[in-house]
Amino acid sequence: MSDSHVHLTRVAAARWRLALTLTAVMTIVYVGFILLIAFNKPLLGTVLVPGLSLGILLGVLIIATAWILIMIYVRWTNTHYDHRVADERRSRLESR
Amino acid sequence: MQTGQPALSGVEGTNVVAMAGFAIFIGLSLVITWFAARRTQSTLNFYAAGRSITAFQNGLALAGDYMSAASFLGIAGLVALSGFDGLIYSIGFLVGWPVVVCLIAEPLRNLGKFTFSDVVAFRLRQAPVRVAAAAGSLAVVAFYLIAQMVGAGNLIRLLFGLSYETAVVIVGMVMLAYVLFGGMIATTWVQIVKAVLLLSGAFMLAMLVLIKFSFNPLALFEEATRQYGASVLAPGRFVSDPVDGISLGLALMFGTAGLPHILMRFYTVPDARTARVSVAYATAAIGTFYLLTFILGFGAMVLVGQPAIRAVDAGGNMAAPLLAEAVGGQAFLGFISAVAFATILAVVAGLTLAGAAALSHDIYVHVFRGGRASEKEELRVARGATILLAVLSIVLGIVFKGQNVAYMVGLAFAIAASANFPALVLSMFWRKFTTRGAQASILFGTASTLLLIYLSPTIQIDLLKQTTAIFPYRNPGLFTIPLSFVVGILTSLAAPEAAAAEGFTRLEHQIHVGEEEPA
Repeated sequence: MSDSHVHLTRVAAARWRLALTLTAVMTIVYVGFILLIAFNKPLLGTVLVPGLSLGILLGVLIIATAWILIMIYVRWTNTHYDHRVADERRSRLESR
Repeated sequence: MQTGQPALSGVEGTNVVAMAGFAIFIGLSLVITWFAARRTQSTLNFYAAGRSITAFQNGLALAGDYMSAASFLGIAGLVALSGFDGLIYSIGFLVGWPVVVCLIAEPLRNLGKFTFSDVVAFRLRQAPVRVAAAAGSLAVVAFYLIAQMVGAGNLIRLLFGLSYETAVVIVGMVMLAYVLFGGMIATTWVQIVKAVLLLSGAFMLAMLVLIKFSFNPLALFEEATRQYGASVLAPGRFVSDPVDGISLGLALMFGTAGLPHILMRFYTVPDARTARVSVAYATAAIGTFYLLTFILGFGAMVLVGQPAIRAVDAGGNMAAPLLAEAVGGQAFLGFISAVAFATILAVVAGLTLAGAAALSHDIYVHVFRGGRASEKEELRVARGATILLAVLSIVLGIVFKGQNVAYMVGLAFAIAASANFPALVLSMFWRKFTTRGAQASILFGTASTLLLIYLSPTIQIDLLKQTTAIFPYRNPGLFTIPLSFVVGILTSLAAPEAAAAEGFTRLEHQIHVGEEEPA
């Protein structure tokens, strides 16, 4: 097992951790929203300001959450993960 | 969508703008096809546009593949007739994308060539896995395609006054021209043009609505509550049963990550980074589009009125075109109609290409020819498969005329989530996954979804007019998705496959580093 392999394994594990965390967050937020709809419709119907109910606000926030999660993932992988994989790849080629 | 309704007041084949827009789009897309055809001489270009698509282009193409006429017209209609409930659907269609980018896009690009079966079969025995994976793909494509063709027939009849059969044949033939001659290059560019048209059409329409409310959406929603009561901003009957609600939600969420025509797009870009970034663009476009659709739905509810929308189509599918007529007159109605038509054509083309790839690349090349077909031969078979699928979709479109096929899109998502998604995830994450495990998981996912939908109230009560249904829920995802994982895992544990486990290290490496250079 070379150093570079160990290094790659560590980068890979970090990416999967982030990916699974973000997927879990999205699932929990979305399933939570559906459960809220199923069990507490009046709550979501609460009018916050004229024309805006809690349900609509939460709905728009969930769309924003999906955007934010994707941005987090793309930013992290573009700035950290890609460089580390590229480093590993270079060292692998040099050691050949 | 109902049949036997009158065409829209101002159209019936007399709307000059609609006809002109329709003709310009077909003309433009055939020019694209002409240019693409000259480059479509290799399988790499036919299936994957030479892997030359940029992140921004692929983002738009993904959005184009995903934003079907059903979501444009269907969700706007749902919002117009039931307010908040329509939003539940829009959200469901968006939350799958973080899953796609986090778990699927990059490994798919790094491991496969043309189809998602490439990934599942990466370290397993090729032929048996590919038969199962292609079956899963084709089942998804078939139901999606039927829903689109029937939608196309009804829609074009309503919008342009053409007969249902003529509409289905036109859609089938034009789509065939794109895919047959222009392959993925033409399909991608048609998809991009359509996505831009659809987004700008929806944006303009939303602006024309909001201008009446001093650009304040809340004023629009408030007007809706004044006319129809506060209930339009609250959840209605859409999610009445928590099990059914979550079941539908999971199918939409994980189904997105198992749709063959979406997955295939990740092969059209040069590398994993581009694949990843393209999802960010796609989601920006799709999310914006659904937010606009929400404005359109409420706009139609307030400015057209629910009775007028129901009078034209009981399902509400004509809400957006009617709104266009109300706020922008005949010319704008024509433009929106042409956009809706372009939308259908592009989605159908993407589906057909994904189906043709499953038939030629997976079944013919890897099962019948043991992976030893020449490029020329594969391309010939892919084109044959395209013709077959086009003919089949025209025939099915006509056979299902007048049937309620709205459930078929949900069915396609449920199969994608229960058959394709578990096999993809297990093959990429779990060392002990075996050929038999993959087969069992995919076939179980497909068969159990089909069976449970058949036994559900959707088919038994709504279509077959029985009084009860054996399976009480309309959406099987909550049961079939976890069970497909369990079936895949248990079958793999029952009979370990040493070669598959050995291949896992190579797979793990390639997921991150991409294709390894020859030593």
